[in-house]
Amino acid sequence: MLAQLRAAFVSLFALTVITGIAYPLLVTGIAHAAFPSQASGSLIVKDGKPVGSHLVGQPFDDLRYFWGRLSATADANGKPLPYNGAASTGSNLGPTNPALLDEVKGRLDALKAAGPENDAPIPVDLVTSSASGLDPDITPAAAAYQVRRVARARGVDEARVRALVAAHTEGRRLGVLGEPRVNVLELNLALDEL
Amino acid sequence: MSWQGWFQIAALLVVVVAAVKPLGAYMARVYEGEPVLLERALGWLERLIYRACGVPRDAEKREMTWTAYAVAMLLFNVTGIVVVYGVLRLQALLPLNPDGMAAVGPDLSWNTAVSFVTNTNWQSYGGETTMSYFAQTVALAVQNFVCAASGMAVMVALVRGIARRTTSTLGNFWVDLVRSTLYVLLPLSIVVAVLFVSQGVVQTFSGAHHVALLQATKDATGATVTDQVLAVGPVASQEAIKQLGTNGGGFFNANAAHPFENPTPLSNFLSIFALLVIPAALTYTFGKMVKDTRQGWAVLAAMFVVFLPLLYLAVTQEQGGTPALASLHVDQAASALQAGGNMEGKEVRFGISASGAYATATTAVSCGAVNSMHDSFTPLGGFVPLFLIQLGEVIFGGVGAGMYGMLMFAIVSVFVAGLMVGRTPEYVGKKIEAKEMKMASLTILVPCASILIFTAIAVATEAGRKGPQNPGPHGFSEILYAFSSATGNNGSAFGGISANTPFYNTTLGLAMYFGRFFIKIPVLALAGALAQKKIVPAGAGTLPTHTPLFVAMLVGVILIVGALTFIPALALGPFVEQLLAKA
Repeated sequence: MLAQLRAAFVSLFALTVITGIAYPLLVTGIAHAAFPSQASGSLIVKDGKPVGSHLVGQPFDDLRYFWGRLSATADANGKPLPYNGAASTGSNLGPTNPALLDEVKGRLDALKAAGPENDAPIPVDLVTSSASGLDPDITPAAAAYQVRRVARARGVDEARVRALVAAHTEGRRLGVLGEPRVNVLELNLALDEL
Repeated sequence: MSWQGWFQIAALLVVVVAAVKPLGAYMARVYEGEPVLLERALGWLERLIYRACGVPRDAEKREMTWTAYAVAMLLFNVTGIVVVYGVLRLQALLPLNPDGMAAVGPDLSWNTAVSFVTNTNWQSYGGETTMSYFAQTVALAVQNFVCAASGMAVMVALVRGIARRTTSTLGNFWVDLVRSTLYVLLPLSIVVAVLFVSQGVVQTFSGAHHVALLQATKDATGATVTDQVLAVGPVASQEAIKQLGTNGGGFFNANAAHPFENPTPLSNFLSIFALLVIPAALTYTFGKMVKDTRQGWAVLAAMFVVFLPLLYLAVTQEQGGTPALASLHVDQAASALQAGGNMEGKEVRFGISASGAYATATTAVSCGAVNSMHDSFTPLGGFVPLFLIQLGEVIFGGVGAGMYGMLMFAIVSVFVAGLMVGRTPEYVGKKIEAKEMKMASLTILVPCASILIFTAIAVATEAGRKGPQNPGPHGFSEILYAFSSATGNNGSAFGGISANTPFYNTTLGLAMYFGRFFIKIPVLALAGALAQKKIVPAGAGTLPTHTPLFVAMLVGVILIVGALTFIPALALGPFVEQLLAKA
């Protein structure tokens, strides 16, 4: 029994050194040699300053920008702070929870107020919270829905905005994996360059 | 759903099945002690560990009886609990804590230690707000490796019990543990981790990034926020073993929905593959070790027979969308421009197909990683992961744990068949008698009792009823899911439940402990009993256990046990919610 207890401690120590220290260091070494940008967060750098990550969304409610998914993240005090990259979470609202309906209706009203002339049905991803609260993408349908509003707010031709959306639409990986999507932050950064 | 949505699911299953034979045969070599290529690189390390642990050089002298094997396994796991608990309590004093995480409280530390040692990875905490890099890599990720290896070891001991004749020994726990880690989990993890980084999974020891927001926003107090804090960390290395070891504990709170943990559809495909591949391949390892690979294929077939219809149900229910939104001016229909469906708690890059497939796979396997929030699934879409856990985590199941759980059901199945024709049941040449049946029944009944009794306690007490976030039957489902997940060592959640309370941390910790060790010990006892038996040659009255008839029998037993035990409880949760949603 005592010999077994010693074996338990020794083996856990040895396997900790291998899998808890050597392994993550080895992966970190390979990662930074082969994929330095990805390994540190795929940051977008503008004029030498990090202005976001290609992979993480940011909150938008200005008429001049495309809006992303709803985000249920909160600050350290538990108060709502959308797209808080330090505390990811979904809303966890169940399908029959009245709070889900309130959330959806709130976004519906905001979108309608922002673009009253648009009476198309609103794509579902624009009125629901993402799983991470940090979803960087919207569907091409959600981008198309917002083109007119953004173009009008910026006083540019709708066709130019539509072309920009098309240029920022990413298809399925290898033609089949995942879903087509538009990266909201990248699109909005490009809008500012117009 | 688009044809691409179905195609990617089909492609995934094809790739998994294609890997079963090569990986399964390789693992059989690892456990039979045959030389493998990696020994040339790591053999010295393996021998060094044995010497330090006092494992005899002589293969004969290494052999352990089932009791010695069980004692070694328990001591190793209890040591793990103590070490993880200690690290979490002391993390504020330990290095690699750039974001200044405070010490973890006692009840949460207990819950988390048990959680990671039992391969559950239930998380009452959010990773990026609670754990230092030291705790993540040196305490939690180490257990991701070794508790998976410990599950594989017990499965191998059981298979040896079936394959060997008239002996009292089952192999050596330390050898099985070390070989599982060094020759199976570690090399696969390195490959998968690097592939993850190529997709954008972060891997760094620096602290969180502060980046400028393009459009400043306001917080709840009305103050202007101009910066975004991006938590990072050594994620890829942990993500790889979290999937391969069917652990499932996310580096971040949002788990594999977080863009730094699962950034692209390709990383998602790889994640699902990684969590399915070892449990699936172990069926072949089993067949190889009992020298009849048809036995392994039959078990794999039974797993697929249960898995596929439930996968279909989950995906189609989620694609159907949320009934409550049907009356609003919202477009939930699939088209070329959107996946449509129920997008609450899902990520756009995954849509419905890759989220539904992930949810089904992660709960069939006792992984518990999530790329979408199961709590926000439609009632029947959320029923699927819950029911898969309640079936005993045997449809693929955890690495090792799924296979030994499935073999328990196989033994019960031959017993039921034996009763029908009045003959002594046999499984793979071994007579199944009273002791074996007692042990097999225990492994099936203990989790059922744990899930239902703990759920009953929670709904009957004030502390338990405070947990759910959602009202009505969905709140009940949150509690039922929590204890199913803990007992089944799955670790996923209907995440709205506030489980970081002394009540839930303690009870869920106990449920995880029962669900792991009160199964492993009877399994080893059964293995010890089987090893002592002679091999009976198959006769005219033997029920062949590699035929479609047996597969149907096995599936029938699994579904009947699961349904009879849990349908009353499920009726109070997902089923009544479905009726309400449609009303």
